[in-house]
Amino acid sequence: MKSRREFLKISSLSAAGLIFGGGILDSIASNLVDTNKSFFKGPYDFTRTPTYCEVCFWKCAGWVYKDENGKIKKIIGNDLDPNCNGRFCPRGTGGVGMYYDEDRLKTPLIRTEERGKQTFREASWDEAFEYIASKMKQIKKEHGPESTALFTHGSGGKYFGKLLKAFGSNNITAPSYAQCRGPREVAFISTFGQGINSPENTDIRDTKCLVLIGSHLGENMHNGQVQEMSDAIDKGANIITVDPRFSTVAGKSKHWLPIKPATDNALLLAWMNVIINEGLYDKEYVEKYTFGFDQLKDHVQRYTPEWAYGVTTIKPQQIRETAREMANAAPAVIVHPGRHVTWYGDDTQRLRAVAILNALLGSWGRRGGFYNPEKAEVPHYKLPAFPKPKKNWRDAMGGKYNLADLALASGVCDASIPSPDMDYAIKGWIVNGTNLINTLPDQKKTIQAIQELDLIAVVDTMPMEITGYADVVLPECTYLERYDALRISQGREPSIALRMPAVDPLYNTKPAYWMARELAKKLDLQDYFPFETIEEEIDWELKQVGTSLEEMQRVGVKKLEREFDDLYFADGEDIEFNTNTGKIELYSTALEEEGFEPMPVYSPHPEPAEGFYRLIYGRAPMHTFSRTANNPNLTDLMDENTCWVNPKVAKEWDLSSGQYVFLENQDGVVSEFPIKVRVTERIRFDSIYMVHGFGHADKRMKRCFGKGVSDTQLITNVMTDPIMGGTGMRGNFVTFRTDIKKSEV
Amino acid sequence: MRYAMAIDTKKCVGCSDCVVACQTENDVPIGYCRDWVVEVMDGTYPQLEMELRSERCNHCENSPCVRCCPTGASHYSEGGTVLVTKNECIGCSACVTSCPYDARFVHPEGYVDKCTFCLHRVKKGMQPACVAVCPTKCMYFGDLDDPRSEVSQILKKRKYKTLIPEAGTKPHLYFLI
Repeated sequence: MKSRREFLKISSLSAAGLIFGGGILDSIASNLVDTNKSFFKGPYDFTRTPTYCEVCFWKCAGWVYKDENGKIKKIIGNDLDPNCNGRFCPRGTGGVGMYYDEDRLKTPLIRTEERGKQTFREASWDEAFEYIASKMKQIKKEHGPESTALFTHGSGGKYFGKLLKAFGSNNITAPSYAQCRGPREVAFISTFGQGINSPENTDIRDTKCLVLIGSHLGENMHNGQVQEMSDAIDKGANIITVDPRFSTVAGKSKHWLPIKPATDNALLLAWMNVIINEGLYDKEYVEKYTFGFDQLKDHVQRYTPEWAYGVTTIKPQQIRETAREMANAAPAVIVHPGRHVTWYGDDTQRLRAVAILNALLGSWGRRGGFYNPEKAEVPHYKLPAFPKPKKNWRDAMGGKYNLADLALASGVCDASIPSPDMDYAIKGWIVNGTNLINTLPDQKKTIQAIQELDLIAVVDTMPMEITGYADVVLPECTYLERYDALRISQGREPSIALRMPAVDPLYNTKPAYWMARELAKKLDLQDYFPFETIEEEIDWELKQVGTSLEEMQRVGVKKLEREFDDLYFADGEDIEFNTNTGKIELYSTALEEEGFEPMPVYSPHPEPAEGFYRLIYGRAPMHTFSRTANNPNLTDLMDENTCWVNPKVAKEWDLSSGQYVFLENQDGVVSEFPIKVRVTERIRFDSIYMVHGFGHADKRMKRCFGKGVSDTQLITNVMTDPIMGGTGMRGNFVTFRTDIKKSEV
Repeated sequence: MRYAMAIDTKKCVGCSDCVVACQTENDVPIGYCRDWVVEVMDGTYPQLEMELRSERCNHCENSPCVRCCPTGASHYSEGGTVLVTKNECIGCSACVTSCPYDARFVHPEGYVDKCTFCLHRVKKGMQPACVAVCPTKCMYFGDLDDPRSEVSQILKKRKYKTLIPEAGTKPHLYFLI
């Protein structure tokens, strides 16, 4: 518990913070927080040290074990952690490879030739920071502080984000929104007044029917969800998988619907048609909690299963049967919202259809459907107020995407390309832990934006392609060598997890906290980093919630009690939803106000031309995007992606498994490297499939250079979601270039 | 005591976590593995079936590898576990060839290596590393002679098969189907 003395100390400092908040930030020394450091021992006193994984966003908590020589040996899940229940996934188990990767960035670098040439000289930290700070000051002087942006994916982003806010910009963005889960959040917020967030609030553990629309659980190793899916299989749950590809989970499903790609909306609308017309919906729930049922009922009349058959190639009987299966399981049914959902540009509407189906089945707020998650409230140390930015990326969007609840990475990228229509452009990028070259679609545009910048500084552990474009590269130490902000996860029970270094950083690498604070010093913003070390800040935060750094070093994870007893709706409970009508909006007033269809409609999407195949991409359980592409332990499991080709297509092109081919897309872009063909029945004849994150072009990553094809390179047609600016990436088509030989590269 | 493992093919997602966990637990050099994942496909699109299973040494009761070892390095150990004594192994690879499951390899240091059922962990009351890490909990390990063990219990409840039964090796790896 919080002690009285501790409390007084905080109060006095908060008051100091308020005074400094006026903008006079010169009294640096007096604002340093004085803490007792005697117990912040080095990592070597521990046989095992707590961490949470940085290989993906699930951030499972675990223990790092070392051998008798103090070398990292293995990483094992923490039994107390609700995200992993003591079991890491292959990437987490193989996380040791990030530390041992000999191709890591080793020292700060400053570019010597033009951007993209990957030519650098080694620099001192001070020189690197001086370079970045002077450019940031210059940009601020010429264009305002708002013209510097941060792209981030990963734990260090918190500190660079703070630095940027202190500097006066809120252009802080993660590709995980507009290139991934954004449409899902907007759809669920506009329906239920609440997003899904991460880890997803899907109650898979207790579900009786799990419906997956293109979501390949098990290949995407979202650990807790995969574990719960396995538990649900044990308990006899039925799985319905909609996917043009026979995914791993399709192989475990009672029903696999091999849908024609890009027609999911038609199936979802037909399901609504059956559920409403056969009276299978949860009448009490719909009556009590929803708005717009009558309009929806009228709206879906035209979307019969017979109509949908012609569009989706799924037989009417199968559409009816699966709809009834869902209704039988209701409310313990989950029409899963997925995660990477930026496919065809009408993604918010597709996810709206998913949300509406869940509402009709009464699964939101119900056991086996969606639970109401809770997140630990950990107070942050009171800082001086951040300056108010006068403009942000939205000003460059011409009034579009008002429903986006987070900044768009693609929007910030667009706003970096000067145009006569914009009175404002972004001039400086700080990029932390995200390989934008392989993350944002339309590489040409990304590179064009980069070439227009006055500054690009990249923080990473590996020489990813994006570092090749950087003016300054800051080598971050891996998560096994650093403290980071506490992991504060939502879940059935709120929890916090600690990451501390198991070993000292290798080479001349440093943690994000230290980098951000040193940069802050150069920018006269040190008052926003009052703690000299991150340990002191974490300890202060932990003491506010009744624990301490010392305790967390021993336990790693702490579950906190739920503040509210509202995991599920109580029977007949009155609930006010955070929407315009206070109800679950089957008919969305928010979308209507913005001039969009208030209920989802089906609109057809372009189809492949003769000889072309839709490019579908996904995940492999042993890799996280391109982040793990050079990890020695994980490349040992999979060192290149393959191009899945249906045997009929293979016959037509005279392709056989193991052969390498180049791919060319609809815009004439030829893959930089060839890809190995995998002839398999698991893919439809009108599509090809590959795992995302391969085809690396930076030679400094020796294990993955030139291995496989980068799907991102072939994604030049972007179908933008007019509602929230998501970048639909599944409207690209490729053909085989068997005439180019591998040796010609 | 007869140690055995049951692997639920209905739950395995083929993620290969068992492979990495084994490598880090047992210092298996990169490029080698003591366990691996097999995907078996059947049918034509869209009538398809797939089986995923994590495989390793079957710790056979009637092991060709033990029989053919010229030095006695390959031997039966606690609970019927088949092990190789490193410093007695001359790396002749007779056992590698004799194993119908292709479960053995020559370690770069010259001796033959394979799955040990993580006997060093089992002796401490822990589960083998692959079983302990599996996110889908699709693996069960224990003593077949103990009717209360997890593995005995699950084999009583579920249908199962063994691999290449016709080889007459009496394998101790069971696949739940």
